[in-house]
Amino acid sequence: MSRRLRDTARAYLFVSPWLISLAVFTAYPMLASFYFSLTRYTVIQPPAWIGLENFQVMFSKDELFWLATWNTLYYTVVSVPLQMLVALLLATLLNHSTRGIGFYRTAFYLPSLVPAVVTTLLWMLILDPRAGLANAALEALGLPKLGWMHSATWSKPSLILISLWVGVGQPMLIFLAGLKDTPQSLLEAATIDGANRWQRYWRVVIPLLTPTIFFNLLITLIASFQVFTTAFIATATATGATAAGPLNSMLVYMVHLYRQGFRYSSMGYASAMAVVLFLALVLLTLLVVRSSRGWVHYEGAPPR
Amino acid sequence: MNLRRWTEPVLSHLLLIAVALLFLIPLWWLLITSIKPLDQILTIPPIWWPPSPQWQNYVDTLTSPAFPFWQLMGNTLFYCVVSTIGTVVSSAVVAYAFARMRFVGRDLLFAITLATLLLPGVVTLIPTYVLFQRMGLVGTYAPLIVPYFFASAFNIFLLRQFMLTIPVELSDAAHVDGAGDFRVLWQIILPLVKPALIVVAIFNFIYAWNDFLGPLLYLDDSSRYPFSIGLYAFRSRFALQWNLITAAALTITAPLIAAFFALQRYFIEGVTLTGVKG
Repeated sequence: MSRRLRDTARAYLFVSPWLISLAVFTAYPMLASFYFSLTRYTVIQPPAWIGLENFQVMFSKDELFWLATWNTLYYTVVSVPLQMLVALLLATLLNHSTRGIGFYRTAFYLPSLVPAVVTTLLWMLILDPRAGLANAALEALGLPKLGWMHSATWSKPSLILISLWVGVGQPMLIFLAGLKDTPQSLLEAATIDGANRWQRYWRVVIPLLTPTIFFNLLITLIASFQVFTTAFIATATATGATAAGPLNSMLVYMVHLYRQGFRYSSMGYASAMAVVLFLALVLLTLLVVRSSRGWVHYEGAPPR
Repeated sequence: MNLRRWTEPVLSHLLLIAVALLFLIPLWWLLITSIKPLDQILTIPPIWWPPSPQWQNYVDTLTSPAFPFWQLMGNTLFYCVVSTIGTVVSSAVVAYAFARMRFVGRDLLFAITLATLLLPGVVTLIPTYVLFQRMGLVGTYAPLIVPYFFASAFNIFLLRQFMLTIPVELSDAAHVDGAGDFRVLWQIILPLVKPALIVVAIFNFIYAWNDFLGPLLYLDDSSRYPFSIGLYAFRSRFALQWNLITAAALTITAPLIAAFFALQRYFIEGVTLTGVKG
């Protein structure tokens, strides 16, 4: 018994950095976020309890909150499935071709290494509404030029385009590794049973990949709801305009939160926004996990 | 049948090449803009290679007081190197306990660790800032670096998975010879998980190099800026000088691309591990 106690004590010495981190950088800030959300807090003065006022203001008075929520939903709902689909398509194509795989892999992955500041500035140049490369291409194709980030309609698609350039490489590599792990024996068995290639792909390869798809989907979703740097830089114009893009069309949730907390020092309100996003993401995670029982196939699990 | 055997790979390669070009052209544009004179940047039709490349742009940018290159480099390297050492060492020690030691509450603690992988960073952002502010550390690198010395869920997970693949007999034998846990970790386990340590180090280094929100929140004095914020500040001074902005941008991106080509194996392995084993 005392041996076990000694072992445990020693092990806790080893995990102590992580325990401290969990307490100081995770548990405490989480609880404090909930507490601050119920206060008026400007950092200069101690938090003053105001009950649910922040939430009332948020839901009924702050129109920008709803706009930011809409912008973020729009961005996420389009960008995440696109990222997953393009990554899966590219991985599937690469899985069948051995020639040049190194080149393609590098080409698709390199953008995800580029610092977000560089990515955003580079795309602001490419998407320049007067004579950027994107509009030059549209004009060469005989299509009308677009306003991109200078248009309320096209600014969110612009952000989504950037997210694709940056966000496809990583899941593509992960899917590719998953595809390469498909057991040859299963594919052969399916062939013997008369399955054609299409059927083998949809009935064998994809179901085996669903755990990987599920994991990537979850991580990308959570990250996408918290998109910040691209929108922040794209909207922090040199002229000092207060709107985040034309008609605030690029005011995503985190940019609104950042402005409330760090520009207007409304830490209480920003915390309330953080709590709302956190609860929404927990709910979403639970929903995705729950839905996964229907579509994620784990090897060794009984068929349903 | 024969036709299909031919057309399919050809079509597949055509599609792949088209997409690869879409991914690479922006990077080419970054390079090419940085050596153009100002009047050749926003043109229709676009200029793919300037008639007389203007390498002087790099001299102008790197000697500009608005982009104090060596200072930015020093700050960035400081942030990257110290945080990387911090997280590699602390995560390895914690991972060892999860992989090799028996203790009460281990499985629960590990489950909590995995759960925090999904924790949205937004919910800890503000109180963490307030905490460092009360300690008078806003404006220094402490808020950016200190957390790295207390391990991270992701790195613990990755290193633990690696350590579990090492035969227990190896560490058992060392224990029998009287080696303590620290020695087993240092002399037996760490050398065997070197590839994983390198993966963790690379990804952490790049994360810190690219970090924007952290320095934006915590650093106010421009003499402490790393590259990310330095470029952002440079751009607000030279809003329309795209050739200089891209020269600065490429300067801070090139080391990452070079690192990728030098350490490609670890990159691919690292990304793959993070996804498949998760």
